[in-house]
Amino acid sequence: MMKNIGIIIEMDKGRVKETNFGMITLARAKDTQVFAFVLDADAASVKEDLESFGITNIVEIGLAKDQQTNPVIRAKAMINAIKEVNISMVFGLSTAMGKDLLPRIAALLFAPLVMDCFYVDLEQKFARTSQYSGKTIARIQVTGEVLVFGIRPNAVEPVKAQATARILKFDSSQIVAKGFRVIKSGGIDKATTINLAEADVIIAGGRGMKNSENFNILSQCAQKINAAVGASRVAVDSGWVPYSMQVGQTGEKVSPKVYIACGISGSIQHFAGMKTSGMVIAINKDENAAIISNCDYYVKADALEIIPEITRILDNG
Amino acid sequence: MQIYICVKHVPDSAAHIAIFDKNRIDENISFLLNPYDEHAVTEAVKIKNNNPGSEIIAVCLGKNDAEKTIRSAMAMGADRGILIDCDENHDSMVTALALKAAIEQDGNPGLIFTGKESIDTEGMQTMFRIGALFDFPVATNVVKLDIEEKIAIVDCELSGGIANTYEMSLPCVIGAGRGLNTPRYPTFPDVVKSKKKLVQKIVFADLNIKDSLAGMHIVELEPLRQARDPKEIKGDARVVAKEIVRILKQEAKVI
Repeated sequence: MMKNIGIIIEMDKGRVKETNFGMITLARAKDTQVFAFVLDADAASVKEDLESFGITNIVEIGLAKDQQTNPVIRAKAMINAIKEVNISMVFGLSTAMGKDLLPRIAALLFAPLVMDCFYVDLEQKFARTSQYSGKTIARIQVTGEVLVFGIRPNAVEPVKAQATARILKFDSSQIVAKGFRVIKSGGIDKATTINLAEADVIIAGGRGMKNSENFNILSQCAQKINAAVGASRVAVDSGWVPYSMQVGQTGEKVSPKVYIACGISGSIQHFAGMKTSGMVIAINKDENAAIISNCDYYVKADALEIIPEITRILDNG
Repeated sequence: MQIYICVKHVPDSAAHIAIFDKNRIDENISFLLNPYDEHAVTEAVKIKNNNPGSEIIAVCLGKNDAEKTIRSAMAMGADRGILIDCDENHDSMVTALALKAAIEQDGNPGLIFTGKESIDTEGMQTMFRIGALFDFPVATNVVKLDIEEKIAIVDCELSGGIANTYEMSLPCVIGAGRGLNTPRYPTFPDVVKSKKKLVQKIVFADLNIKDSLAGMHIVELEPLRQARDPKEIKGDARVVAKEIVRILKQEAKVI
């Protein structure tokens, strides 16, 4: 039987975020039709991008202008559309927006939800995600009429597959949210710095950074290679950088292609947030640091000397 | 106002996780109050101080041993506890149904707290399920909370330090984030006092949670194997930096 899979597309500054394409790739299979749900753009403006990854249906959901960022309204609009086009599986990114939207959809539908999946088996209906601070991988079997999955950004390599998409439009401007109002929206696509969870490269600093100013050294290098800057809990608790930069058990969980750990010892709690990174490069003066024995490359040196050199090399091309 | 805090008894994040029977963990390790729930308890105490006459009730679905976690919540300021005693682990759909049933038969929630996620199964959804069952508004990763007459104003942190501000009618459900406050750890007298507080036990089966077709079931757990083989990059700063740039370009292909 033909399965319809719905994908919630996240936008960034008017463009389809790159991380959507891996998620779409994961959803493509024999006997499935892939529907892209677009809440923040005109279907026409994203058609070409989505078609090049195999999307065959684009569902444009029109929200009232002043309700664009209301997660309750977005969830209800999604549910209407899911029912309208007979979706049996819903994919969304496990990002800040996804964490506020996917569980609302699942809760209202009384549907199962697995967040932060790095694999979903469409046939057998199970997902793989990490549990217990990243120490184990769980295979979670889901049952229900509609299944919801939050997909970890960068977990799946995007593969192109040309298709032609038809456009469907739903007017959802009349939906109301009971007892829930947006007063101020930090914005879904107004982020000025590179998002930690979605960055391809993260340069993170720990105790070895010594102070707040030294984080500028990381930022300067990060700018050159389009990386995000992260931090260990020590750096956050010392007040050097804000909590929003924390990677780890109680911070952001990240899976970049490359994680450069500068002066980070590599506690279990820190690994919980970054152990699924593609490549780990550790720069640490202390050769007994845990991270030295659990990385791909290590340098026994002060990151404050190495990172500026990298910036200099990149500056000179 | 009655403030309910849904707490979870979770393995210490530093504990070694051993897997049994393919899909269970060895529970003979140290368990504690889920760290995000500590923020929930701390915030509830703050609200109670501003609203004299309020009562804080910690509710937990768990095995007998989970009473310890309720005691921890009480040492931090919860007035009493409810343990929904069960022998097996349940998914977040059943958990929400059980918590709702227990809260409903106990009193009238003015506010319900959870942590923004549990550090064991990391599902990030129970608060939304409780909200949907009660038909209460929900916010998660709340880092600032102001309770006014009939509303709650919350800041919910997105990534990159950006926050959304929402207004919710009361009663509502709050998923506490780490930025919400700094937990006040109990003193010895707090711990002594908590031992005298009441923990009511409810048997899970008595809540008559109906079986549902929809659900999530952990069929397999395996340890995450680290296949990393550390290689040292040697040389002076310049040589090392050059090599790292080469690796980023040629091996990782990120620049």
